[in-house]
Amino acid sequence: MGALFAILQAATVALVLALAYRPLGDLMARIYTSDRDLRVERGLYRLIGVAPRVEQSWQVYLRSVLAFSVVGVLLVYLLQRAQAVLPFSLGLPAVPEGLSFNTAASFVTNTNWQSYSPELTLGYTVQFAGLAVQNFVSAAVGIAVAIALVRGFARRGERTIGNFWVDLIRGSLRLLLPLALVSAVVLLAGGVVQNFTGFTEVATLTGGTQTLPGGPVASQEAIKELGTNGGGFFNVNSAHPFENPTAWTNLFQVVLMLLIPFSLPRTFGRMVGSPRQGLAILAAMASIFVVSLTALSLLEAGGAGTAPQLAGAAMEGKETRFGIFGSTLFASTSTLTSTGAVDSMHDSYTALGGMLPMLNMMLGEVAPGGVGSGLYGMLVLAVIAVFIAGLLVGRTPEYLGKKLGPREIKLASLYILVTPTLVLTGTALSFAIPGVREDVESTSIWNPGVHGLSEVLYAFTSAANNNGSAFAGLTANTPWLNTALGVAMLLGRFVPIVLVLALAGSLAAQGKVPATAGTLPTHRPLFVGLLVGVTVVVTALTYFPVLTLGPLAEGLI
Amino acid sequence: MSTITTPPVTDAAGAAPRHPGSSDRAGRGGGTFGPRRLAAALPGALRKLDPRVMWHNPVMFIVEVGAALTTAIAIAEPFLGGPGESGGSIVPGGFTWAIAVWLWLTVVFANLAESVAEGRGKAQAESLRATRSSTTARVVTSYDEATDAAAERSPLREVSSGDLAVGDLVVVVAGETIPGDGDIVWGIASVDESAMTGESAPVVRESGGDRSAVTGGTRVLSDRIVVRITSRPGETFVDRMIALVEGAARQRTPNEIALNILLASLSIVFVIVALTLNPIASYAAAPASLAVLVALLVCLIPTTIGALLSAIGIAGMDRLVQRNVLAMSGRAVEAAGDVTTLLLDKTGTITYGNRRAVAFVPVPGVDGSGLAAAAMLASLADPTPEGASIVDLASAEGVHVDEVPAAEVVPFAAQTRMSGLDLPDGTSLRKGAGSAVVAWVEASDPIPEGTREALDRSVDAIAKGGGTPLVVARRSPDGRARVLGVVHLKDVVKAGLAERFGELRAMGIRTVMVTGDNPLTARAIAAEAGVDDVLAEATPEQKLALIRREQEGGNLVAMTGDGTNDAPALAQADVGVAMNTGTSAAKEAGNMVDLDSDPTKLIDIVRIGKQLLITRGALTTFSIANDIAKYFAIIPAMFAGVFPGLAVLNVMHLHSASSAVLSAIIFNAIIIVVLIPLALRGVRYRPMGASQLLGRNLLVYGLGGVIAPFIGIKLIDLVVSLLPGF
Repeated sequence: MGALFAILQAATVALVLALAYRPLGDLMARIYTSDRDLRVERGLYRLIGVAPRVEQSWQVYLRSVLAFSVVGVLLVYLLQRAQAVLPFSLGLPAVPEGLSFNTAASFVTNTNWQSYSPELTLGYTVQFAGLAVQNFVSAAVGIAVAIALVRGFARRGERTIGNFWVDLIRGSLRLLLPLALVSAVVLLAGGVVQNFTGFTEVATLTGGTQTLPGGPVASQEAIKELGTNGGGFFNVNSAHPFENPTAWTNLFQVVLMLLIPFSLPRTFGRMVGSPRQGLAILAAMASIFVVSLTALSLLEAGGAGTAPQLAGAAMEGKETRFGIFGSTLFASTSTLTSTGAVDSMHDSYTALGGMLPMLNMMLGEVAPGGVGSGLYGMLVLAVIAVFIAGLLVGRTPEYLGKKLGPREIKLASLYILVTPTLVLTGTALSFAIPGVREDVESTSIWNPGVHGLSEVLYAFTSAANNNGSAFAGLTANTPWLNTALGVAMLLGRFVPIVLVLALAGSLAAQGKVPATAGTLPTHRPLFVGLLVGVTVVVTALTYFPVLTLGPLAEGLI
Repeated sequence: MSTITTPPVTDAAGAAPRHPGSSDRAGRGGGTFGPRRLAAALPGALRKLDPRVMWHNPVMFIVEVGAALTTAIAIAEPFLGGPGESGGSIVPGGFTWAIAVWLWLTVVFANLAESVAEGRGKAQAESLRATRSSTTARVVTSYDEATDAAAERSPLREVSSGDLAVGDLVVVVAGETIPGDGDIVWGIASVDESAMTGESAPVVRESGGDRSAVTGGTRVLSDRIVVRITSRPGETFVDRMIALVEGAARQRTPNEIALNILLASLSIVFVIVALTLNPIASYAAAPASLAVLVALLVCLIPTTIGALLSAIGIAGMDRLVQRNVLAMSGRAVEAAGDVTTLLLDKTGTITYGNRRAVAFVPVPGVDGSGLAAAAMLASLADPTPEGASIVDLASAEGVHVDEVPAAEVVPFAAQTRMSGLDLPDGTSLRKGAGSAVVAWVEASDPIPEGTREALDRSVDAIAKGGGTPLVVARRSPDGRARVLGVVHLKDVVKAGLAERFGELRAMGIRTVMVTGDNPLTARAIAAEAGVDDVLAEATPEQKLALIRREQEGGNLVAMTGDGTNDAPALAQADVGVAMNTGTSAAKEAGNMVDLDSDPTKLIDIVRIGKQLLITRGALTTFSIANDIAKYFAIIPAMFAGVFPGLAVLNVMHLHSASSAVLSAIIFNAIIIVVLIPLALRGVRYRPMGASQLLGRNLLVYGLGGVIAPFIGIKLIDLVVSLLPGF
């Protein structure tokens, strides 16, 4: 019965995604290649002084991304610091400096790591003008960068890779806003709350009183999932009944998280003029997804330990209205898409089960990854895979007619260096600096020992990969973690973006090598298998040693 | 084996003397790899331990630093209270020393690979240097081309060959060594070029035309020539060859650089893994000893490919040298692997240089053997290969005629376009171009209508089929002349070419035949040879335009050429192979020179280029795939003392934590030596589509790379476990 229901849920999600793949992928391709502007867009371009038909070199494109993001960080930071004097703040005070920085970095980088409890920290103004805005634009930035890279593959001998402002505004207005609007209505219908009532005192059945928070939840929730953001309106995120009331809203949220990341390969295929290339990328993403989801579900349903045996499965930290599969599906989706929303507590998963969300993130968020970032991450891995495979067939490696020379490989190699470096040094520094170590041990870690280590490792993995989910046992609102995780999020987001845009520029400048019988075909199952292999070996294996000290040590007793 | 050998030289390790031009030399690149050669390469390998040299190979540099660090720890250990614990396990006494020794061996093995690869080049360079010894050149002081082209009256000045300047004119007579590279401006001579090519038969070099280039260090065997020096001493062809075969001029190729970057970046990741492990372990477990951490690091970084990468590159260049091809840059070798369009000259490459007679087509009223006999008689004194082929064909058809001693030979002339024989009895035989012979016959007798029609039909049919019709006629002593028939001369396509072009097609390479023939003939030959495309009535300009067109479409073009007017096209092509017999201009413009002047070698060059890349890719894949087994050896061993549960991961059931780590390190070192022959020889390459090739190589080197170390480490562990304390 449980298994049947699980398969039914998985099949529903797969079906919806399959139905959306072509139309949504094609729609996105049209959005980013169309040469018509909407009236409201023309108004916006005039307002910010941008000539929409003037294309940018990769350097200018990058400068625009960075400038826009710096302004974003400053705005979110200042809004929090000024909360006390802002209207609709529910009487909440200004957010402390360290936490403000962490939160600003978190939402601008599409991470949505929350070191705080939202309902106790942020009023409606910050939620709306700060966080909700970033939920849209940080997602749009991710897609824009991915599209710029795709243009790099599609173009021949051109110096430009598009116009960032046009990509940003089109992504927000034509794609995210309408989709979020429709999704919010669906969520409303599913029972997600949407009001401005602040806190409501209610008398409970037992005669006590309870304070129920309200707020514009449904509107936030839609973009939270759709933009793979993950920052919840409430502290317990999608486990909260006001955010995610039923099993079917749960399933709907899973679909929302996967919708854009799984459709972008189609956009890629369309824009480079070969939809089957998109299918190959999709296949690589999907096979990792399916294997990871299956493993997590089996581990949790199998549930080693006394309590899980009694309950029939590892039900600790999971909502009974979602059950095992509703929870593992959500957890896999959320950690494989860089969303980081949770409907169950990953910290309470079985030891090996808890390792999987971690491993999912360690893959570099590419299966299917965050909106945009998943596609560009996978394409960079494809560059590495093509390089090795290309040598194996005796040709200077080329991908989609682009030769992969020293410059391209240098950029791709640096890309795969970034997140492991951030995760491992961040975790190691937490234990290596004497003062910091005491602080981490005494304040942050809830469960000392191996599990505590996993909590710290999880936090840095989540931050550097811009996921945002947490092993709940960790108290992250400390000066060290707020700063270190904030820095990890910023570097984990923008260093790869610099490299990806540089790669886009150098690809766009190249001509196109015609395909011959000697060209490595990059749409066949063999290549998909190789790409999956490279993804696993190049990224996940890096973490094997440190995993043995955390979840593996805990799980293999 | 080198062909640059006068006198015959032996291998560095004293293997059998080399036989220039021997057919088996191609496949024997790694064949002579053996203990003696290793021993000969050892001093060089030790010299390369200098960190300033190692620095250029980041992967092995990390290993060397690790080896030095481990050695220091091993020395210090007794003073610090002996080996402590690592990851909660007791470390046996000699463990740190054992790790240190095997790490040094890993570095030495890597250097050994490079030294062995360089060894052969060094020997070749020595023999080449011998040819470079200073000679005396006789420089013409005042050359007047118009009145004294042979420089017989001009005063000569004797200078050392080392003092020659570009543009100097020197006189070289039989028995003398040519003092420097140059072009013959006057004269013809037979030259012994065996010092360069290994070919002992002398070659003819003459002024003008496409065979005017001479190379310094070669010897004039007959006659007297005037040579204009074209390169400065120290920059001659031989100097460049020495630099190339020694590896001094070896620049890293784009793919090699890219691969190095990828390997460096994978190494950096693992350096970070190793550096961050202990702080983390100090919290939840127990820190690992430095020796174990270094061992982990060295096992995870791609040492196998890192150790062999430069040897692969040197050996690739060397394989070309073995085939008597000199690549002026490594870039050209790599580009050869990427070639998508191959321009092949018809004559000499696709067809034998000469047309051959394949059939006698008599006109009505003449019998076949009559025509054959007449044609044979007319050709007996004909020195051209076409003439000889007519004699051959007639003999093959059983016709026999004796040479008539007093006959007068009428040689071919451009004006008459005929050749033939006037017999003492007054009979005349003529063979030649149709219109010329017809005119000759009709000068005495009109040709009957029927005969004329039959003749025209035969001539047209032969021309349409790509052949050359040669009309034969006889005039009797009585003055009556008649046409006998037509000899069908045909360009004979070399055997086996169609299969080779088929292979090229499977490799994704398009072949284009370039010929001066008319389109009709060209297409017929192209169809027979199985080339993909044809450029007929080609001029050098059209050839250049074709290359540009192909390149604009993103293709990489390879071609061969020898003439001065080929030079622009050779320079434009991505891979331009100049024939050694060609002009200096052509050799200067191309990026490879074929000492054998064999245009079909282009196909071999492409194959070597591909093989070079595949060898790199195969060993990279193998190296990375090895990591999986090494993880399963080292990881459970590292913290087994603290977390006994990790023993589940010890799938190989290695004896103890220490023996697991040491076995992994030993495997890591030994695999380098095991793969040196493969690196030098190159992986076997069979032409097939990219998809098949990828599948096959992934299976062999990817899956093989996953499985092999599991077996290897287990076997080594069985031995290591016998050591006391392990």
